[in-house]
Amino acid sequence: MIAFWLLASILIASAVWTIVAHKPVYSVIALLINFAALAVLYITLSAEFMAVIQIIVYSGAILVLFVFVIALLGSGVGPFPAGPNRLPRIGLPAGLIILVALGFVVYALSTAVHPPAPRSPAVGMPGVFGSVADFGKALFTVQLLPFEVTALILMVAIIGVITLGGEQMQDAEAKSSRVKADRAMREAILREGKG
Amino acid sequence: MPVPIGNYLALASVLFFIGVAGVIVRRNPLVMLMSIELMFNAANLLLIAYARLWLQNAGQIFAFLVITVAAAEAAIGLAIIVTTFRPEKYVDVDEVRELHG
Repeated sequence: MIAFWLLASILIASAVWTIVAHKPVYSVIALLINFAALAVLYITLSAEFMAVIQIIVYSGAILVLFVFVIALLGSGVGPFPAGPNRLPRIGLPAGLIILVALGFVVYALSTAVHPPAPRSPAVGMPGVFGSVADFGKALFTVQLLPFEVTALILMVAIIGVITLGGEQMQDAEAKSSRVKADRAMREAILREGKG
Repeated sequence: MPVPIGNYLALASVLFFIGVAGVIVRRNPLVMLMSIELMFNAANLLLIAYARLWLQNAGQIFAFLVITVAAAEAAIGLAIIVTTFRPEKYVDVDEVRELHG
């Protein structure tokens, strides 16, 4: 219970820090703290494999991608707009939306604190549930379809990213060929001027 | 399960709405994507908490699926940000008018 409250306060504080930080790099650091705390919370929920995946995929892959993009856009491109500076224009509708959402949460909490038991009986054993072996066995037998869908999603993502990146590369090639033509023309003009 | 499920529900809701507030309030597309990741994580926390409550593996499997979706979304979103904002001077979603869908 103490662990839960400690982790919950870390999670909320780092989440708030993520959205109010003035520089995106600080947001990434706050998000890293958030993901690490969430991984610890997953371990307390006996989801060992999910905790490891949380660290590897989120902290190891996604956040590094964010850092790369910040480095790519931040170098010589110009400053990022600082702070939560959209508030003056859309403060009222945003506040209304959040108010309605929080009201919904309070309603859901008041009704769903004691959830109904599932129709099918519990399949896990208290000691074994959530271990990597248990998870893997379920992943490759009963839940094979979600696993295959995972592969499909990654395939779609790869194709999308290659398409987007390919356009950019073609643009760069066209630009470089134009630059080369310009330089050749300039050299020709210089040569004519000398002759 | 010593911690009641209502606590996890409340924590996940708070995290989710911090993410919603980030998407609504911030203009920086990178921070907006990070807020979306926060929302994904809130959903994941609930899936795993309910999996523990009912001792069913399906919740963890679907949290795994959500993590994959989040990774794909981050990759494509960041690729769009890079291709869209690389020629621009400032990184600001309100200035984008080229994405006619």
